[in-house]
Amino acid sequence: MAKNHKAEPIGGPPSDVEHLKKESNYLRGSLTDSLSNRITGGLPELDNRLLKFHGSYMQDDRDYRNEREKQKLEPYFQFMLRVVTPGGVATPEQWLVMDELAEKYGTGSLRVTTRQAFQLHGVLKWNLKKTIQEINEALLTTLAACGDVSRNVMCNPNPYQSEIHSEVFHWSQQLTTHLAPKTPAYHEIWLDGEKVVDSLEQNGQTAEVEPIYGPVYLPRKFKIGIAVPPSNDVDVYSQDLGYIAIVEGGKLVGFNVSVGGGMGMTHGDTATYPQLAKVIGFVTPDRILDVAEKTVTIQRDYGNRSVRKYARFKYTIDRHGLDWFVDELHERLGWELEPAREFTFDHTGDRYGWIKGKDGRWNLTLYVQSGRIADTEGYPLKTALREIAKIHTGDFRLTANQNLMIANVTSQKKTKIAALLQGYGIVEGTQYSALRRSALSCVALPTCGLAMAEAERYLPTLIDKLEPILEEAGLRDEEINIRMTGCPNGCARPALGEIAFIGKSPGKYNMYMGAGFSGDRLSKLYRENIGEDEIIDTLKPMINRYAAERDGGEHFGDFVVRTGYVQAVTDGTNFHN
Amino acid sequence: MQLQVTNSPFTSEQAELINKLLPTLTETQINWLGGYLTFYRAGGSGAAVAVPEASSVPHAVLEAPAAAAPAVPQGPRDATILFGSQTGNSQRLAGRLSDKLKGEGFEVTLSAMNQYKTNNLKKAGYLFVLVSTHGEGDPPDNGLTFYEFLHSKRAPKLEGTKFSVLALGDTSYEFFCKTGQDFDARLAELGAERIVDRVDCDVDFEDAAAGWLTAVTGVLTSAAAPSSAPQAAAGADASISTVQGESVYTRANPFMAEVLENLNLNGRGSDRETRHLELSLEGSGLSYAPGDAVGVYPQNDLSLVDDIISFLKWNPADAVVTGKAGETSPLREALLHHYEITVLSKPLLEKAAAFSGNAKLAELLKPENKDELRAYVKGRDLLDLLRDFEPWTISPGDLANVLRKIPPRLYSIASSLNSHPDEVHLTIRKVEYEAHGRERKGVCSVYTSERLEPGGKLPVFIQQNPNFKPPVNPDTPVIMIGPGTGVAPFRAFLEDREELGAAGKSWLFYGDRHFVTDFLYQTDWQRMLNDGVLTKLDVAFSRDTEEKVYVQQRMLENSEELYKWLQEGAHVYVCGDEKHMAHDVQAALLEIIGKHGGKSPEGAAAYLTELQEQGRYQRDVY
Repeated sequence: MAKNHKAEPIGGPPSDVEHLKKESNYLRGSLTDSLSNRITGGLPELDNRLLKFHGSYMQDDRDYRNEREKQKLEPYFQFMLRVVTPGGVATPEQWLVMDELAEKYGTGSLRVTTRQAFQLHGVLKWNLKKTIQEINEALLTTLAACGDVSRNVMCNPNPYQSEIHSEVFHWSQQLTTHLAPKTPAYHEIWLDGEKVVDSLEQNGQTAEVEPIYGPVYLPRKFKIGIAVPPSNDVDVYSQDLGYIAIVEGGKLVGFNVSVGGGMGMTHGDTATYPQLAKVIGFVTPDRILDVAEKTVTIQRDYGNRSVRKYARFKYTIDRHGLDWFVDELHERLGWELEPAREFTFDHTGDRYGWIKGKDGRWNLTLYVQSGRIADTEGYPLKTALREIAKIHTGDFRLTANQNLMIANVTSQKKTKIAALLQGYGIVEGTQYSALRRSALSCVALPTCGLAMAEAERYLPTLIDKLEPILEEAGLRDEEINIRMTGCPNGCARPALGEIAFIGKSPGKYNMYMGAGFSGDRLSKLYRENIGEDEIIDTLKPMINRYAAERDGGEHFGDFVVRTGYVQAVTDGTNFHN
Repeated sequence: MQLQVTNSPFTSEQAELINKLLPTLTETQINWLGGYLTFYRAGGSGAAVAVPEASSVPHAVLEAPAAAAPAVPQGPRDATILFGSQTGNSQRLAGRLSDKLKGEGFEVTLSAMNQYKTNNLKKAGYLFVLVSTHGEGDPPDNGLTFYEFLHSKRAPKLEGTKFSVLALGDTSYEFFCKTGQDFDARLAELGAERIVDRVDCDVDFEDAAAGWLTAVTGVLTSAAAPSSAPQAAAGADASISTVQGESVYTRANPFMAEVLENLNLNGRGSDRETRHLELSLEGSGLSYAPGDAVGVYPQNDLSLVDDIISFLKWNPADAVVTGKAGETSPLREALLHHYEITVLSKPLLEKAAAFSGNAKLAELLKPENKDELRAYVKGRDLLDLLRDFEPWTISPGDLANVLRKIPPRLYSIASSLNSHPDEVHLTIRKVEYEAHGRERKGVCSVYTSERLEPGGKLPVFIQQNPNFKPPVNPDTPVIMIGPGTGVAPFRAFLEDREELGAAGKSWLFYGDRHFVTDFLYQTDWQRMLNDGVLTKLDVAFSRDTEEKVYVQQRMLENSEELYKWLQEGAHVYVCGDEKHMAHDVQAALLEIIGKHGGKSPEGAAAYLTELQEQGRYQRDVY
């Protein structure tokens, strides 16, 4: 096939991280030495960078930072561990292990991330190895949960189409495995050189260490998600590479492929922007690994390795054009994608409560505030789930909206689980306002080093203040996607929030509005640097007007665009216009 | 205090005379008189200083030795002064005696006991021993070998030697001044002649020690040839309590240091609290060297004072005597600032028994109930005593007589004057525990933790500790073992080495309970490691792992290298808890020396003793 569009990889001196990766000898660095240093609970910067590839970030409790400095103590260093769970699926046995690890080595709580992974917080350096070993013994891994590689592959947990879920889930696992780093460094450092399961077996002695990634891996992180219409819970357009399941006649026939999405940006740099992925064609299921691998290698070869904030795949595509990419992909594949098939998304949120799947099994979706699995006063969620895990024979599914599905439940077990939930006073979430149920936030303070403002700890308070306004306007049950992040990196996908807040400084946020309800349009900056009072004052008249003037079932994001509060963002490249 | 028939052994006429005289005396005169009275007793075996001539004796002895000289035979011209000192008090007093005697024209040999060549002992004319007692009646580190020598069969006969002993101790310990008593008895046993009776000093030792010094000086000068002591008169002044060039602020006259900083070094969530105090020495003229300590006069706990006063149904405003010259303070003030109320001792109970109508107290003090008494005083305070032995017929004035003055607390200095001019830093761990059904509070630590704010003032003095000093040669490697607050002096050592640009290697062993919250001065050590001021740092946190780890384990893990450092001439310093840590650390050192030096246990012990004698193994343990 003829290649119409030529491109040269962008030049420029490689960034520090590129040097680091190159010199790390496939992610080893001096991690082993740094981990055994007893004088500090932290790691030197370079090893911390490498540690991300192993699924962990060094953080410190920022609430303690100033007082500890005065006390002549180093920051309260601790580690966040992210566990790869493709499609968010974990067995009850795995759930129990994670539950116990949180108590034993973490802060006692577990977090469901916006990418359907588990996060443990507050692990001390001395416990890192033991924790990772126990995670691996449970047949889970932290490898490539962070770092410049393909991350946890998301997929819709789908409570309705059980047979489609099992297929789609299978492919999310396959993608995760196929794109996992192959370096033995992880096993050497954490598992004393032993491989627990041979899933990462190399082809032979002479095989390259990293046949897909090479020695410097990708220029930045790479995210893949699989959506099953009509649900766009995984925000497929926010992914670097998206697959949209096409179901015909009740059967999965293949996937539409979307490329070039991404949420992150940098405050004050308009060359950075959130972008939505574009659909480029259709493939049958057996070919999606090939498409993923070749897409990754194109980003590997063409991504910006000089400036990290311009390194995401979305900029590579925008720089060279979508046509160039499709040509390049076709050339590397040796075959062409089929034309994209028809599909429709109508929401991104979860559907709470008990739902019976086509196989006759039950699935319960539970609302989890900010994805935090913890025992709080009067709400022993973690304990209840532990007790359920002890009797559960199906699986647990972490949703992209940071909720939890207790899936694949027989009718008999349903009664027992429902009784347990009732016993502990755990509620499904349907009694919460639709705004609260649709809320998404990142961890932010005190542990995230990037956060400029609160998110997880503050959003519920803000919602407390917005609920009476919605109630009064008669909008209690109207789903409005509200999202908050502590920084513009976008972990809670704020650029796809109908109302979104991105932290600027403590108590101050940039406010964005007007994203599409089903995740198909970006939001737009509406107010800069505002605090709570201004947020309420801004939203109150807007909500009242929405209640009075909305067109039929018009969503809030569409309303604010139609009535001119914000302009529609048609493409990431005009996000800042 | 006003002497009365009831609170003194004097008759009313005697008391009246003394009461008339005392308030008119200057500080100098009081000191002088103290010394004179001691001498009066020491030399007062009869006619030579008969009472009618008493007033002329000091004259003869100290102002006009020439006049008295013909009356007494000429004594030796040389004096040997040996001290055994842990915190430096005995050493300092020995230095004063040495200065005095040199001023009188004597040939003085001044030496730490472990530095003294024992074969010279036989030749000593005058021999003075100044020694403190520690723990269970033990000699100080630098007195141990001499103590053992003198009590062994190798000790020479000492007929012809004239001696006197000054013993330092603490009456709240069972074996009060035992080491001094042992020396005193043993020297007499070896045939030496006691020329001044031993004086046993409590923690408030200044006056008693000054009296002994004056007495000793008096005897020697009166025995000496007249021509050799022309400046004798000048010696009879208050210089005994101040050394030339020192600040006017002393143990007896503490400096009110402003608190610049008072923060907790333990992070949030710790079960311990350790204060880091920064005090200003500006204008005090006080100076110190690494290894020295600061003496702090604390205040007692307010609630304990109030409980005592209300238990006795007294008026907190009642005046009681608190000063030497009979100055008074309100009772509450006196108990807060002047008297020790948190420690019981046998002497205290004996004095108190006179005011208790409870037969059980007299019973407890009987010699056959020694063990019960020891068990009783442990961990109890004045309030317990008052409650346990009712009824009382005691007055506030009586109580003041029963109590001893509040002793200063000594803290190893955690700063170098070179890096913090005009400042001194202290590291104080808060002590709180439950005993006998009540919460007990460490006097000074709780005071500094709960009631001392920046801007406040703390009465302090510098306590030199010549026995805990970094090597003179800056190239000498140092090994420092200081878990917990024992790490304080090493901050001073290292800061000082940094300022001096010392090139020698340094190795610190530190330990505590939890890494996250209890790593005292963590960022200081990290910076020093980074800058190369500190070469190596090994840490052990006992409560972070299932199996407890302590510094001695870290030493053993590094035994080969540690021995190599010793062979390279490293000095070893140990600071902190005596009971467990110092003992375990010493055992680890012996094991390391034995293992890598190929030595028997005795050989290893000899090696360590040699280090100690060379000043290469120094401890500041408590």
